Amino acid sequence: MLYFTRWKAAAILLTAFVVCLFAVPNFLPEKMVQSWPKWAQRHVVLGLDLQGGSHILLEVDTNAVRKEKLEALRDDVRRVLRDARVGYTGLVVRGNSVEVRIREGSNFDQAVEKLRELSQPLGGILGSTTGQRSLDVTTEAGSLVRLTLTEPAITERIRQSVEQSIQIIERRVNELGTVEPLIQRQGIDRILVQVPGLQDPTRLKELLGKTAKLDFRMVDVSIPAEQALQGRLPPDSEILYSTSQPRTPYLVEKRILVSGADLTDAQPGFDQRTNEPIVSFRFNTSGARKFAQVTQENVGKPFAIILDNQVISAPVIREPILGGSGQISGSFTVESANDLAILLRAGALPAPLTIIEERTVGPGLGQDSIAKGKTSSYVGAAMVIAFMLATYGLFGLFANIAVAINVAMIFGVLSLLNATLTLPGIAGIVLTVGIAVDSNVLIYERIREEVRGGRTPINAIDAGFSRALATILDSNITTFIAAAVLFYIGTGPVRGFAVTLGIGIITTVFTAFTLTRLIVAYWVRWQRPQRVPI
Amino acid sequence: MRLLRIVPDDTKFDFMRFRRISFPLSALLSILAISLYFFHGLNFGIDFKGGTLIEVQSKSGPADLAKMRSTLGSLGLGEVQLQQFGAPNDVLIRIAEQPGGETAQQAAVSKVRGALGNEVDYRRVEVVGPRVSGELLSYGVVGLMLAILAILIYLWFRFEWQFALGAMIANVHDIVLTIGFMSITQIDFDLTSIAALLTILGYSLNDTVVIYDRIREMLRRYRKMPMPELLNASVNQTLSRSVITHVTVSLALLALLLFGGQAIHSFTATMMFGVVLVGTYTSVFIASPILIYLGVGTGRDALTAPDRDK
Repeated sequence: MLYFTRWKAAAILLTAFVVCLFAVPNFLPEKMVQSWPKWAQRHVVLGLDLQGGSHILLEVDTNAVRKEKLEALRDDVRRVLRDARVGYTGLVVRGNSVEVRIREGSNFDQAVEKLRELSQPLGGILGSTTGQRSLDVTTEAGSLVRLTLTEPAITERIRQSVEQSIQIIERRVNELGTVEPLIQRQGIDRILVQVPGLQDPTRLKELLGKTAKLDFRMVDVSIPAEQALQGRLPPDSEILYSTSQPRTPYLVEKRILVSGADLTDAQPGFDQRTNEPIVSFRFNTSGARKFAQVTQENVGKPFAIILDNQVISAPVIREPILGGSGQISGSFTVESANDLAILLRAGALPAPLTIIEERTVGPGLGQDSIAKGKTSSYVGAAMVIAFMLATYGLFGLFANIAVAINVAMIFGVLSLLNATLTLPGIAGIVLTVGIAVDSNVLIYERIREEVRGGRTPINAIDAGFSRALATILDSNITTFIAAAVLFYIGTGPVRGFAVTLGIGIITTVFTAFTLTRLIVAYWVRWQRPQRVPI
Repeated sequence: MRLLRIVPDDTKFDFMRFRRISFPLSALLSILAISLYFFHGLNFGIDFKGGTLIEVQSKSGPADLAKMRSTLGSLGLGEVQLQQFGAPNDVLIRIAEQPGGETAQQAAVSKVRGALGNEVDYRRVEVVGPRVSGELLSYGVVGLMLAILAILIYLWFRFEWQFALGAMIANVHDIVLTIGFMSITQIDFDLTSIAALLTILGYSLNDTVVIYDRIREMLRRYRKMPMPELLNASVNQTLSRSVITHVTVSLALLALLLFGGQAIHSFTATMMFGVVLVGTYTSVFIASPILIYLGVGTGRDALTAPDRDK
């Protein structure tokens, strides 16, 4: 156990040294590290609880996705039957299905065949088909056709929505100008947004929470809105309220003239005459053409600019707008105009998002936590070092050296993995010091026993190591299992704890098996001890 | 230099005889802990109960709790708890989960921000909606079960099944007592508590495994020694190590408890109880003597199984 070939010893020292080296960038000023090659720049990332920031978990409204998909299907059915000149009644959305009755039995089969064409194969990985289709088409009593959305089709649609949403959120968050935001999918229908170093997350939440669906529609002037509110609602119009207080109702047509998808740019600015904040926008070619046509046909009538089903403003068209650009005014503040421009540039979310979890830590608390983590680490380490020296003397010193290298290696591995350090993570490191010391205690106690058992010093040391190492391995694996489980179930700070605990166990086993042994081996070779000093 | 020796070299304490006290004692304590859980309950934090937690720091001297309480009480948010948190100008505000789903929670935060305005610094805001809190709780419980199961399987492979079973009984005992502790102290039970429980599990097992390792070794070496004597010898031989290790771990924990701040206070307090008090006791007084009842070492003379380890 105490014999090391020269180059095995060298390999052990080199490994420890290199791993420790990776920890170096954490302790140097950022400017200095930036000029290094990328692989050497890896460093420990401070968790949101230490550097301050917001963790926001969003959930896609899957019901809205389902509803939208069903309504699109209903429109498709209507179009198909009209094109095929098939008479139908009772076209409705019911549960997960669209139902329709074909009037005449004679063209029932033809209609069903046409409707079946709406069902598409669902793509698997790499374009292979999975054999599943987007719709189940069933018939009943020779007249009813039921088109049901299959679960895989809905899941696929939700997946797409989440992916689109992530892209749009990325654009929105990047506009805030924060460093290294993290945006990623979680589970099937969730998106995790982590933005470090944010003083107040209110603005972030506002940017995330808005669908930002912009429509231009005509105001229905056939009857006053008040009258429509009392129940005489024209079939192709609906009541929407204004964003400004007091909330005034508007009767607007359901038909969308131009939508936000046709915008190419939006910028905040000021109205030249009134000096009010406004948002100016520009349409793409097809949007510009549509808008020009509509404004030409409707001079003198009001139209409504609608954001997320609320009327921002309803100006009267004074003259045709042919240039493809325009501006929205509507009691904005400078900031709200700016935010709206950001939202319009980033595009609308395919479905509404709800915040289901938020954890924000202010920068002040983060600073305090770092300071407290440091103090407790230093105090803890000092007490453990003193205790080990008092208990084992010279061997205690060996143990302390091993533990110091161990902690440096933990930082090295954390840097290598670009892992996140949280406050519980620091607690994990402090506890690792406890475990790391334990491995030395196990070895030394065993050596003591072997000495008492009557062995010669060198023999006792040798036997002590070989017997204790099996125990060290067994006991550490059990703790490691607990850390691994913690890593899988935990999020954020707790996961940070699992990471440092897990890495700590690995480095502990490494140092116990190699470094401590090497140090003691060299000491034995050098001193040729007549008795073991513990 | 004279070295510190906490446990004398030839300690021969009769741990096994103590089982006549330790087993009933543990049974009693476990029943007590379980009834505490059911009748006194745990102080579930927002992770598992949903709701909002806001830590504020008043910008001008010590916070006026009474004034804050009346300001927040008039917002119609239901139960609002205020608590001094560490320093006199730090206040922890807890708001119960609002009826009306996910968006209602966010609305509550805006109301509080509006009411307290700029007089305070918002150091921490945590909002957990009803859906997430339910999931977190089931994750936590499932995780704990999984960990016990995984460790059980590992021990079963490394030792004999009796050892695995003994360790598991010891394990459950640790967790039950720690939950009892959490119930008495009404420490916030949240995700970090689950982390604490898992760590306690790992440490306590660590300890148990060290003793089991020795028992296994002794079983191989002394085929004729009566079981209680053998177990006693094993525990006594590893006693010095157990004590020294626990001193170092408690020193580390003590530093965290004293200087780690409020944010990890409940975490370290729980660990202190679980690792230092319960874990040590369990491995010595429960995990080892229980092997007698589980029938380890009976019929050892017939044992001819080869050493799997070497």
